[in-house]
Formats: sequence, C-alpha cells, structure tokens
Amino acid sequence: MPTPVQIDEPDVADDVRLEDPWVTIVWNDPVNLMSYVAYVFREYFGYTEDKATELMLAVHHDGKAVVSSGSREQQERHVQAMHEYGLWATLQRSGV
Amino acid sequence: MKPFRRRRRGRVQATFESAEAHLLANLSAQVVELLRDRSGESESSADPLATQLGMGGPALPPDDPVLRRLLPDAYRDDADDAAEFRRFTEQSLVSSKVANAEVLIETLRAGGLDDGPIADSDDGTEVEVELDPAQVQAWLRALTDVRLALAVRLGIETDEDLERLEQSDDDAVIAFGDVYDWLGFVQESLVVALD
Repeated sequence: MPTPVQIDEPDVADDVRLEDPWVTIVWNDPVNLMSYVAYVFREYFGYTEDKATELMLAVHHDGKAVVSSGSREQQERHVQAMHEYGLWATLQRSGV
Repeated sequence: MKPFRRRRRGRVQATFESAEAHLLANLSAQVVELLRDRSGESESSADPLATQLGMGGPALPPDDPVLRRLLPDAYRDDADDAAEFRRFTEQSLVSSKVANAEVLIETLRAGGLDDGPIADSDDGTEVEVELDPAQVQAWLRALTDVRLALAVRLGIETDEDLERLEQSDDDAVIAFGDVYDWLGFVQESLVVALD
C-alpha cells in the first residue's frame, strides 16, 4: 500500500477564488458633510435613507465602510463615480 | 446669502450677495486652473495613439496635494493597479470636474454675476441662482471640490485639525477658515433643499 502523500493545506487568504467579489470602500475624511455623504449613497447606489445613513455613520465612526460589492469592473465604475462626487474611495478584493 | 430652497420640477434657488458670488466663482476657477495644468501636463507627454484610444492619461499621482486629493488612487495597496486605473480614467475624471466647475461659474453669471473686479461689484446687488436637476448635480460636486481644495491648503486632514483651526489666532487662517465654513453652509443648504 502506498503511503499517503502529505499535502499542505492551501492558505485560503492567499488563494485566488474566481467567485471572490470585489468591494468598494469609502474612507472617512474631515471635509465631506455627513448629510452629503448620506445623500450620495442614496442618490448613486439607490440605498434607502436608513441604509445610507447607517453606511455614512460607519464611515464616520469606523473610518471606512464597504459600500458595495460585486465584479471588479463594477467596483471600478463605483470608485470613479465616488471620486467625481469628491468622496475618498478605493476598491479591493473582498476579505483582504 | 439666502439659502437654497426647493422650487417646482426639481429645481432649487438661492440668492448670493455679489461678493459671495465672486468668491465662489473665483475659487472654482482656481480649481479649474489646477485641473487644466494637470491635463496639459499629461497631454504634452502622452503617446498620441494612446491618447486617441482614450488611454493616454498619466500613471503617476499628481505632486500637488490638492490634485492628489481631487484625483486619488483607486487602489490603496497596489501601486501597479492604481497606475493602470489612473492611466485609463484620470482624464475623464478631470474633464468631469472641470465641466462641473464651469456649470457653477456659468449659472452664477446667468444669475447676474459680472466679471468686473470685486471692489466695483460690492454694491449690494444680488446674484440669484436657479438650478435645474443636472445643474444641481454639478454644483454639489463643484462645491465639494472647492471645499476639498481649501481643506488641503488649510492642512485639514483629520477631525482634530478642524478643532485646531477653530482655535487659531492667525488672521489669514481665520479668514480662510471662515470661507471654508461658509462653503460648508452653502453645500448643507443645497443638500437639505434636495430632501
């Protein structure tokens, strides 16, 4: 009987998974008004007032919030739109 | 200034004193100038074919801290991805910011802002601005860009910087701080009018 080959467990964080969504992150800044940031989340992403306010407060208190996830191309469009609004946004692979 | 108020069909209206309208137009024109310098810089060094294909933008972030804030990196931890994204998208971001600022200036002119020197125009005349929904969107973004630019020049990077600014006894800092606060008031009144 052959001895089983020892296989290292793959490190999931380093592994590229095809279904990995990308996320758009909006970062806190001391300039943009809370009312404006919530307005942008409602207007651009179509979020309800409650959801937009919740995300705005997360940005304000935690320094950042994931505001959207999906394909890379989609998040790149969102980041570009946020930059047009003057919000500080970046995209990255989810879970990094 | 009489704050923005909602009118019919998604329009909003506000009234500025002549000096306020001049200040707004002037600050916005300065943002346009900075952005144009940036795009002029990239046009003169770009590969013509790449430019024609809409991918001729610069890969490196601007040196000027105001431009770096207006045109930030889209990728935080990956310089190559950030450079690639910037090459394909920065010129369109610059164009839209310039166009927004131009709408702001044009609508002030349409409301009665003249191009004369501020001293001649500070005669109690008012500039009345009425914006349609598309112009509202341009104003929101253009006001934000002016506030971001001023904040960088005032060294506002954190909430603590804002508190420090409020306690400053430097006359120039106080004057610019007042302008910055006023711009916040204008924008807040616009956002509230849209609710």
